[in-house]
Formats: sequence, structure tokens, C-alpha cells
Amino acid sequence: MTDYEVVIGLETHIQLNTKTKIFCACKADSWDDEPNTNICPVCTGLPGVLPVLNKAVVEKGVLLAKAMHSDIRMRSFFDRKNYFYPDLPKGYQISQYDLSLASGGYLDIPMPEGYTRRVTIHKLHMEEDAGKTKNAGNLRLIDFNRCGVPLVEMVTGPDLRSANEAAQYLIRLRQLLRWLGISEADMEKGHLRCDANVSIRPKGSDQLFTKTEIKNVNSIDNVKNAIEHEVERQIREVEAGNRVHAWTLDWDEEKNELRKMRSKETEADYRYFREPDLLPLDLTQAWLDEILKDFPELPLERKARFISEYKLPEYDADILTGERNLSDYFETAVQVYAGDPKKVSNYLMNDILRMLNESGKTANQLKLTPAYLAEILKMVDAGQINTSTGKNLLEKVETSGRSPKSIVESEGLGLVSDDSAIRAVAEKIVDANPKEVETFRAGKETLIGWFTGQVMREMRGKADPKLATQILMELLKK
Amino acid sequence: MELCDRSAHELLDLLRSKEVSAQEVVQSSLQRIAAVDGRPGSLDSGEETEQDRGTVHAFISVTAEQALEQAKAIDQQRAKGEPVGLLSGIPFSAKDVFCVKDTYTTAASKILANFKAPYTSTAVERLQKQGAIMLGKVNLDEFTYGSSNESTAFQPCPRNPWDTSRVPGGSSGGSTASVAAGEVPFSLGTDTAGSIRQPAAFCGVVGVKPTYGRVSRYGIIAFASSLDCPGPIARDVTDVALMLQAIAGADPHDSTAANVPVPDYLATLEQGVKGKRIGLSPDYFQISYMDTESGEIHQKPVQEDIRAAVYHIAEVLRSMGAEIIEDVPMPNTRYGIPAFFVISRVEAASNLHRYDGVKYGYRTPSTEDDLRVMYRKTRNEAFGLQPKLRILMGMYVSAAQYSEQYYNRALKVRALLRRDFDQIFDPQRKYRLDALLTPTTPTTAFPIGAIYGDSVLMQYADQFTVTANHAGIPGISLPGGIASDGLPIGVQLLGPDYSEHTLLQMGRSLEIGTQDEAWRTQKPAVLR
Repeated sequence: MTDYEVVIGLETHIQLNTKTKIFCACKADSWDDEPNTNICPVCTGLPGVLPVLNKAVVEKGVLLAKAMHSDIRMRSFFDRKNYFYPDLPKGYQISQYDLSLASGGYLDIPMPEGYTRRVTIHKLHMEEDAGKTKNAGNLRLIDFNRCGVPLVEMVTGPDLRSANEAAQYLIRLRQLLRWLGISEADMEKGHLRCDANVSIRPKGSDQLFTKTEIKNVNSIDNVKNAIEHEVERQIREVEAGNRVHAWTLDWDEEKNELRKMRSKETEADYRYFREPDLLPLDLTQAWLDEILKDFPELPLERKARFISEYKLPEYDADILTGERNLSDYFETAVQVYAGDPKKVSNYLMNDILRMLNESGKTANQLKLTPAYLAEILKMVDAGQINTSTGKNLLEKVETSGRSPKSIVESEGLGLVSDDSAIRAVAEKIVDANPKEVETFRAGKETLIGWFTGQVMREMRGKADPKLATQILMELLKK
Repeated sequence: MELCDRSAHELLDLLRSKEVSAQEVVQSSLQRIAAVDGRPGSLDSGEETEQDRGTVHAFISVTAEQALEQAKAIDQQRAKGEPVGLLSGIPFSAKDVFCVKDTYTTAASKILANFKAPYTSTAVERLQKQGAIMLGKVNLDEFTYGSSNESTAFQPCPRNPWDTSRVPGGSSGGSTASVAAGEVPFSLGTDTAGSIRQPAAFCGVVGVKPTYGRVSRYGIIAFASSLDCPGPIARDVTDVALMLQAIAGADPHDSTAANVPVPDYLATLEQGVKGKRIGLSPDYFQISYMDTESGEIHQKPVQEDIRAAVYHIAEVLRSMGAEIIEDVPMPNTRYGIPAFFVISRVEAASNLHRYDGVKYGYRTPSTEDDLRVMYRKTRNEAFGLQPKLRILMGMYVSAAQYSEQYYNRALKVRALLRRDFDQIFDPQRKYRLDALLTPTTPTTAFPIGAIYGDSVLMQYADQFTVTANHAGIPGISLPGGIASDGLPIGVQLLGPDYSEHTLLQMGRSLEIGTQDEAWRTQKPAVLR
């Protein structure tokens, strides 16, 4: 049996999170709105109206292009893509064709197995979304709310070699989009849409064989699942001596199967031509500088830096750079704390991530600011509170918004580091347990832990355990 | 002389001095419409009658009630001494591609016969803001596709007020006919290949095609978006200047409307032509057309009295101090029409996609399960011959396998046409022209039915005007005489980008220089 290699390219549509649509002042996001409520003469294509470009769309597009290492064109053009569909009210979509906002580029995908897959970018352009069609019996219902919602279409080269790589690409893309703050990138809500072009070839071949296109997949798991199904099907076909046809396939999530939508042997002719209703888009150097002025360090760069600069394990660094607010939070806390970054990481990975998951907040929305976290860590280090008090404080600060210090003071949570108070209790414990004292003095020094525990219990946890141990040793070794 | 025969600037003087009221002005116009316009264009016009053949039929819809109400309000404002707009009380007509809120905007097509726009086009809104009163919507070639107005779905089609057996030209024929017949002092038209200037020439009125981007296209049903220019039509230069003043300028709704300051056109109007360099080009005194059998290019000189009129006007301007430069080469002029054929049809076909029966306008009454069938039936039943021809050709020349050969080649020709103008207007080069003086059309108005159906020949009526649309430059057509057939002759001035003030100034000089000539006193037939 032949060994096959899988060849996958992804076409993604990214809904930008601008306030208004790309060519009119209608609200862009209609997720919670009734059909046909965010529409106007421009986005519904009434006769005589004209598009006016929303600058925020260009700015977000430029941020993405920069992050994908694409060449940004200082002059790009909008074009008309002509086709008929009821949810396309003008009968053409305003898109970008040959001279789009950016060309080329790549994204490096670190695979969990340890290797890196470089995925090239073939196309990156801005366009308007079409509306939605819903079939209800023999009626077609059209919702124009989505018409004119800004999209960036990004097409990769045929560079991905497994369903898993495709999934990792989407995970990293989603991370990047959120990191840049340009899209909510929620696949379930259609903010990030993905069509997968799939083909197979004998291992060692560098030829591209007939591909199929999988559409309508609305989660990363489903993309992976659908590709796996399709690869199996193609292998079965080829093994049976059949040809793979250039079909468009629809993923049926409920039945967990692919359905043939149509044959796509010939390319549709969209009769592209320059959109005469819009001027060429000229990016001035000043505008570009303004857009890129606060361009952030990207997640993979930051991850590498966290490893080298803070000596974090790769696992920690990966999680802490999963989301931009979280990684900013981490860095701020480390700076204020000025102690071991790994300690900060432990608090974040264990406690704060759970807090975020439970509350649905992002790190920047916490009342428990990075400075408060650092304050707690310092108090633990200084022996002013013990570790478990420290952990309890996290919740208390988050609920009240008060500073850790003031909570410790008002609730009397501070450790007793008064030598005489601890000594009195320690003497009492030593006197009351002659048997254990004898065993200890006979050489079983590990019993010191038991003695400390007794002191702590007596003082209801408020004793400084280090000091207690020190005093006990002194008494026992007398 | 009736009120409606007066120019807008004369009426404004009378209104300001309260010698007449806006209501009287509007009444006078409505009476003229009643007297000469005949029945308005409609979809089911039936047989043409003898009476139809003698009337103008400029209007599709007359909004008399609203106009009178507006006039009343303006009179009250004036009576109270409240400030009024610069054009307060002046009636106008608008080509039926200008959307006006809550009125029908048909584009003279069955497919939009029932379309009421929920918004007003920028040009109309700006006129209304200055107190101008819209009297109604005037007829045109269906979707502006034509040079005679015969293709309108709303028949009877407009007729030339100078001779009602002749076409008024097009596609702004309803506009120019309504102005020539004294129904309104001015009208809004659009010019894609000459659609303001050619009918202005045929009807003996003044028409301006402004620089592309000088006047917003917002709210105007598009023909070919990269060529369409809305502009003013009136009986004299001062009136078109007044009107252009009101409508020109940047518009947040149209990003192709240029952010270039609008000069005070009236301030420079009377400054004469002394020292202005005006060119004449042999390429604008002959038309080139292709023999449909052999494919050979033939040349034909323009009508002799038109040639003579243009040279006479040149002499008049020379006598007023202009410098006339002859033999200016414009070598690519002959390619203007073929390139226009291609570019305009690609854009037109695409612009027509939205008329699919889904959202507004006509939808086939036959209930169809198949969406594609619904599209086809709707478009087949409601588009006339011209839109259909343009869709077919537009789809053909933009198809992937032909676009290099046709569409992209046409774009290159367009760039060459622009270069012709850049070279003659460049102050660093040989000709240093302020304007090029040409005939507006190769012939005077042709008889109804003479050319209609031959869409190639029809288009050659635009050979001297289409170049300005390709290049984006401004042009003005002015009455320049009366031909031996008794029909008006139009002369055209073309200038560099945003030189409207210069063209208007030259046009005003032309008026002054010819004011005592006998043809100036002649009136259109319907007013004799």
C-alpha cells in the first residue's frame, strides 16, 4: 500500500471587530439583534448609494498583515466580484483582487510534537460580508444585517500536512487575532470562518493533486474531524482506483459526515474589475506609522522571551502567553514583585487562571491587580502571612477590591513573629509531650515537623512556622 | 415675456425685490408645462396620437402640489424677512435618476417604475437647501443608455422643442427639453459620454459636465460609475454658474467627490477672455466610424454649418482678446467611442446586477420555485432593449478570457486620451491651452426614428463629448448658432481639471460677443 501525504490549505474569513460596517455607519456586530435591524440604503444596495470606506477596517487589516509578515502595499485597490445571490444585494461584493492590502507572509506554527510548521500566506485582502439566507419551508428568508460587515480573507499556501496541523494553525491564528484585538475570533459565532482545501499525494511527490473544498465548519474540532474524514475518503477512492473529483463538501456536524454540495470542475468567473465607487486606498507613511506605533510583541516572541528572560518552563510560558492580557498581567506582577518569576507563574497557573475561568473575566478586568498579587507574594516571602493565608487572600481581594495589606490588618491574619509568644507555646508543647521529646532526643529529628504542627495548631495557624521551628529546635536540643 | 421664460438670475432679482412671488413663478412654470408638455411618459401609453407628436413630453412626474406648498412657505419666509437660500423660489426639474425622498425614481425603466427612494441625492438636496423648488422628474433614455431619449420605457418619449419631429438628444433629453421649452429655468442632468452636453446642443441650451468628482454622485442611479458626472443645465451661462455653485463640493457620502475648494463662479464670470489661449483641433471636426461590413475606419467631416459656427465663435473670442491656436493634435480622439463602449458596458452590467426582483422594483408575477428562473423572468420582462444589450456586451468583454483583449485594452486607451489633454493643457509644453473649442456634436438633432436601433451609430453622436468623460475633465456646451435646418448648434469648451470657472467665464464672453446676432432672437417652435 502506498504511503500518502496530506496536503491542506486553509481559506479563512476573519470578521473584524470594528464598531461600524466597512462602507456605512451601521453597527457591525448583529449577534444579539433581530434580522434586518442593522441595515441602511448603503449596505442593502439601494439604487444610487455609494460606499465610503471605514478607516478602522484598514487599520485592523494592516495590523494583521504586519503580524503575518506580509508586504503591505502603500497603494491598494478595491474590486467588484460579480455574482448573483439573494443575500448579496448589489449583485457584487466589494473585495480586493490583484492589488490587495498585503501580499505574501507566513505564520510559524509550533507543533506540540516539537517541530515548527511554516505556513505561507497567499492572499490577504479586505472585503464586505454578504447577508444570510435561511430556508423556511418553501420560503427563503434574507437577513441583511451581516451585509457590509468587514472581513479579512486570508488564504494559506498548501503547506499543512495533517488535520492536526490545520487545527494548530487555527488555534494560533485565533490567539493572534485576539492578541492584536482585531477580531473576537469566535468560530461558533462566525467571527472566524474556515474552508479547507484537501488533497492527498504519494509520499515524496511534490505535485498537487485534485483537491476538494470543505465548507461550513464552525469549530476547530470540526475542522480537524472533517479533514480526517475527507483524507480517509480520498485514500479509499484512490486505493479503489477512482479519481478524486473537485467537489465542494459540506460538513454536517450532527451526522458527523461530509456531504457533496456541488461539483467545482470549472472556476466561476467573477468578472473582477476595479470598484469605480471607491478611490485607490493610499496608505501614507504617517498613517502607517500611527497604526503600527503600538504594535505589540507577538505571542510566540513573547513566549520565547519569557523562557529566556524569566527562566520559565516552556509549559508555563506557553500558557502565560496564550492571551495578551494574561501575559501583560504576568509581566507587571513580576516587575512589581521583583522576586522569582516562577512563583508568580505558579500563582497564575493555579489560582488566577481558575479565577478567570470561573468568572469569565479577562486578566485586565480583575480587581486583584498585578500589584496586589505582588504584594501578597511579598508578604508570604517576608513571613508576614503563611502560604494558605496568601491563597485565601486572592479571593478576598478580588471580591472586595481592597488591598491585601488592609485585609490582613483588619482581619488579623498576620503571622505572630513575636519570639516570646511563640516560645511560651513551644515550652508548653515540649512539657506536655515528654515521650515525643525523648524519641526526638534519641535521634529521630524528623519529629520536629510534628512539634511545629502542634505549635501551629495551638496558635491557629498564625505563628511564623520558621520561627516556631527554630525555637523548638533550641528547646529540644537543650 | 412670461415669468417662466426668464432666467433664474432675473427671477431671483424679481423675487428679492418682491415684484413677484415664488408661487407666481411656480404657477407660470406649471402653466407652461400644461401648455407644451402634453401627456407625461408612462409604461402603458398606447398609440401615439397626432397631439403627442406636437408636444414635448419632458416630464415623467410633475410634483405640482409639493412645489406650490414649498413656494408658499418661501413667500411667507420672505414676507417675514427671514433669511432664504440663494436659489429660493426657483423651479427646477431633475432627470429621473436623481433619487428624491418619497418620490418615484424610475430611471425611465419598467424595473424601477414603482421605486420610491428613502433618501435624497446630494445634488437635489443641495439645491433644495438653497430654496430651489423641484417641479418634477424628467424623462431620459432607459437607465441613461442612449443619445436620443427614444429608449425610455415611459412613452411618449421627449421631443425637441425646436422641432418636435426631432429628438431632444440624450440621455438628459428630458432635462434639456424642459429648459428649452421654458418649463423650468434649470435642470439637473448627468453626463457619462455627453449626456448633458449633446442634448444641450440639440436643444439650444447651456449644459455643464463638471470635472469628475466636482459634484457628488450620491443618490444618482449609476450608469458607468467611473464616467458619470452630474451637472447643471440652464438657458444661460450665469444660471449654470449659479446652479453649479450650489451643487459642487465634497460629500461625506461619496468618497470620489473631491475635497477641492469650490471657487466663486459668479465672481469671475464677467472677467472676459483676454489672453486666454483657446485651441482648435482638426480631430474634432471629423468623425471616425467603423464600416460594420468591412471593419474599415471611415472619416466623415462634421456638418458644414456646425464647422462654420465653431470657427465663427473662435473669431468672436479672438476679437474679444483670446488667442486662438489652430491645428492642435488630439490623435486618440477617434478611439474614445470604442473604449467607452467597453468600459461603460462593463460597469453598467455590474451596476444593473442589483435589479433582481428580490428587494425592490419589478418582480415577475409568475411564482417560481427556482430562484434563477425568477431572476431571469424578472430581468427579461422589465429591462428594455438597451439595458439588455449593455448587459450582454458588458458580461462578454469582462469575462476572464476576454478582459485583457477588451476591458484592459480600453483602460489603456483611456489613459492615452487623458494624455492627449494633459499635453495640450500643460503650461510647460507647446500648446499651453486654457481650453479646447470644438463642436459639441457632429450633426444637429436627428429625426425621431432615424437612428434608433443602430446603437453603434447612435453612439457616434457622442464622439466629441465622450473624451472629457474618459479624461475626467470639465466641458461646457453653449448655443453657438442656428443651422440651415433651423436647429440649434452647440459649441463645446473643454478645459483642464477644475477649470469650470474659466470655462464659464469664456462661455459668458461668448454670450456677450454674440448677443446681437440674429440667431439669438430665435425661439423654439413650441414657443412660437
